[in-house]
Amino acid sequence: MSFTGLRALLPKHDLRALLILAAIIIIVMPLFLDIFRLNLVGKYLTYAFVALGLVLCWGLGGILSLGQGVFFGLGGYCMAMFLKLEASSPEQTSIQSTPGIPDFMDWNQLTELPWFWEPFHSLSFTLLAVIAVPALFAFIIGVAMFKRRVGGVYFAIITQAIAAILTILIIGQQGYTGGVNGITDLRTLLGWDIRTTSAQYILYFINAILLFACLLAAQVIRKSKLGRLLVAMREREDRVRFSGYDVANFKIFVFCIAAVFSAIGGAMFTLQVGFMSPSFVGIVPSIEMVIYCAVGGRLSIFGAVYGTLLVNWAKTFFSESFPELWLFAMGALFIGVVMAFPNGLADLYQSYALPWLKKQRLRLPARLGGVKTPQKTTE
Amino acid sequence: MFAEYSMTELTSIFAMQGFAGLLLFSVFVLMALGLAIIFGQMGVINMAHGEFMILGAYVTYLTSLFFSNYLPSLFSGYFFVAMLLAFITTFTLGAFVEWAMIRHLYKRPLDTLLATWGLSLILQQTYRTVFGAREVGVTLPDWLMGSYAITELIEVPINGIFVMVLTLFITFCVYLLMQKSKLGKQTRAVVQNRAMAGAVGINTEKVDRYTFGVGCGIAGVAGSAFTMIGSTGPTSGQLYIVDTFLVVVFGGASNLLGTVAAAFTISQAQSTMEFFLSGSSAKVLTLLTVVIILMLRPQGLFTLKIRR
Repeated sequence: MSFTGLRALLPKHDLRALLILAAIIIIVMPLFLDIFRLNLVGKYLTYAFVALGLVLCWGLGGILSLGQGVFFGLGGYCMAMFLKLEASSPEQTSIQSTPGIPDFMDWNQLTELPWFWEPFHSLSFTLLAVIAVPALFAFIIGVAMFKRRVGGVYFAIITQAIAAILTILIIGQQGYTGGVNGITDLRTLLGWDIRTTSAQYILYFINAILLFACLLAAQVIRKSKLGRLLVAMREREDRVRFSGYDVANFKIFVFCIAAVFSAIGGAMFTLQVGFMSPSFVGIVPSIEMVIYCAVGGRLSIFGAVYGTLLVNWAKTFFSESFPELWLFAMGALFIGVVMAFPNGLADLYQSYALPWLKKQRLRLPARLGGVKTPQKTTE
Repeated sequence: MFAEYSMTELTSIFAMQGFAGLLLFSVFVLMALGLAIIFGQMGVINMAHGEFMILGAYVTYLTSLFFSNYLPSLFSGYFFVAMLLAFITTFTLGAFVEWAMIRHLYKRPLDTLLATWGLSLILQQTYRTVFGAREVGVTLPDWLMGSYAITELIEVPINGIFVMVLTLFITFCVYLLMQKSKLGKQTRAVVQNRAMAGAVGINTEKVDRYTFGVGCGIAGVAGSAFTMIGSTGPTSGQLYIVDTFLVVVFGGASNLLGTVAAAFTISQAQSTMEFFLSGSSAKVLTLLTVVIILMLRPQGLFTLKIRR
């Protein structure tokens, strides 16, 4: 890509936001946090993938999905299945009545590996499945819903129902999925112990790099014609349709992208936290993921990351210190963001912090004694 | 799967499961009626609906405590007082919520959804703080205890029959309210054309507030009835909210009859399957079928033919 192309893709203020975020995540956090806290931040950042997907899907496109936990979970479960199979080699599971299958299957009297677990012996298949399974699932939902022009609250309710169905299914089919405990006790990735401190550092950085890759992808979409069309569809769907665009296809595409982002987050979650359970799939986590995006600003891809970090930091803080207050705070957050700050932190930054910063910058030369006229910025 | 049962056993299995389904049906209908009014008529998604229902249940619980401690002679009739109190409490809270929150968000339905979810979290935690995390149950008066044996194999509990009769009665009242009363007529007028309704002198804001309040009030009465057949915990409401939304959407959002029919189909399918499959598979299968049908027929089973 040429330099001007890059400039168009990442205007000065976006580039600045990206560099600040990169500095915080890649330099400041690892320097100042011990490995336990850093691992927590890494866990939060996996939710940022979901929030990022929601910015595209909900913020730009106006499609509110309350089932993003489904895709997070699918990605996470795909990864967990691979790790679990590696952790249940016949030598390691020799005390079971059927060695070589995951422990929870043995407890549930299964004697052989179910067919859909078989391919997850291969890492390359797993990595493909992390992306492809959620994408395919999102595609099916998207085609079924958007081609019939189901949108708005109906879409929200149905995605929520799908989240509920998947949770019940996972909990009910204990022998195949690990039930309510999920898939636990994951140890190694191709023989590399993921529980050591060095592995956690490495996984944190891989997670950060993937997040920035997704941020850039989101920025590409936002700045492209597709991004413009999404905003147009959100505002006046009929006019876009009358202009000759197939609205449904764009919606399906952006919904699939959001699903893939969530799934990458889910897979990284499994790797960093070491387990995956239905408590990250259902209605409650899915709707909580929406609030991460809303707090950061539903239109801002960088805001989504800050929002996720902030809400999760608050959640950890409250649950450690005042557990009974957390739900009050969370509820107030939902109401407050929607009623008072519909565009979240990003809007606060745009309308208060940015003008103030500009004013400071204008004042600075004067304070230093210089009379240089400030250069007009082209933002 | 039917081979190991004899014919009479099968009949009674179906009868008993059918009855269990009818109980589930009552819960669905009671919850969905309020929701159908709020969502169907006003287009507002109230995620805190379950919590309004639980509020009604807690009011009933408190009333039963009050009666057993101070008015034991009147205990057999406490339920009717409780139901009235439950309606008044939830109506008031509902109208207040509409005034404080919902009315600012009519233009943004998705945001209402998030805001009411926040409200539901706050209510849940309030219940947990006030009543404790454990589930509470009411003492049934004597005349609701026991069961009635129809044949040797078929027994139906009396409190179940009472809840069903109550459901029918409430449904009938809601029907009258929406079709015949002044409020109902005004509500429907506002739904059909807000500007014109305002022009002919209907105070649309007031109608909105009362409609929302009535929807919540019915949820309160539902909660009151709910205590007769189950115990109440801070998160009991959340268990039913998705099912109820599916019922309302499945029935065709603005149609009370559709809501009842949808509730009947879903509850019967679920409870009949529950006997032969595990509880979770039955639920998955039912919900999945509903979702697939909704994908094929997004407008629901019954719809009003109106121009949009």
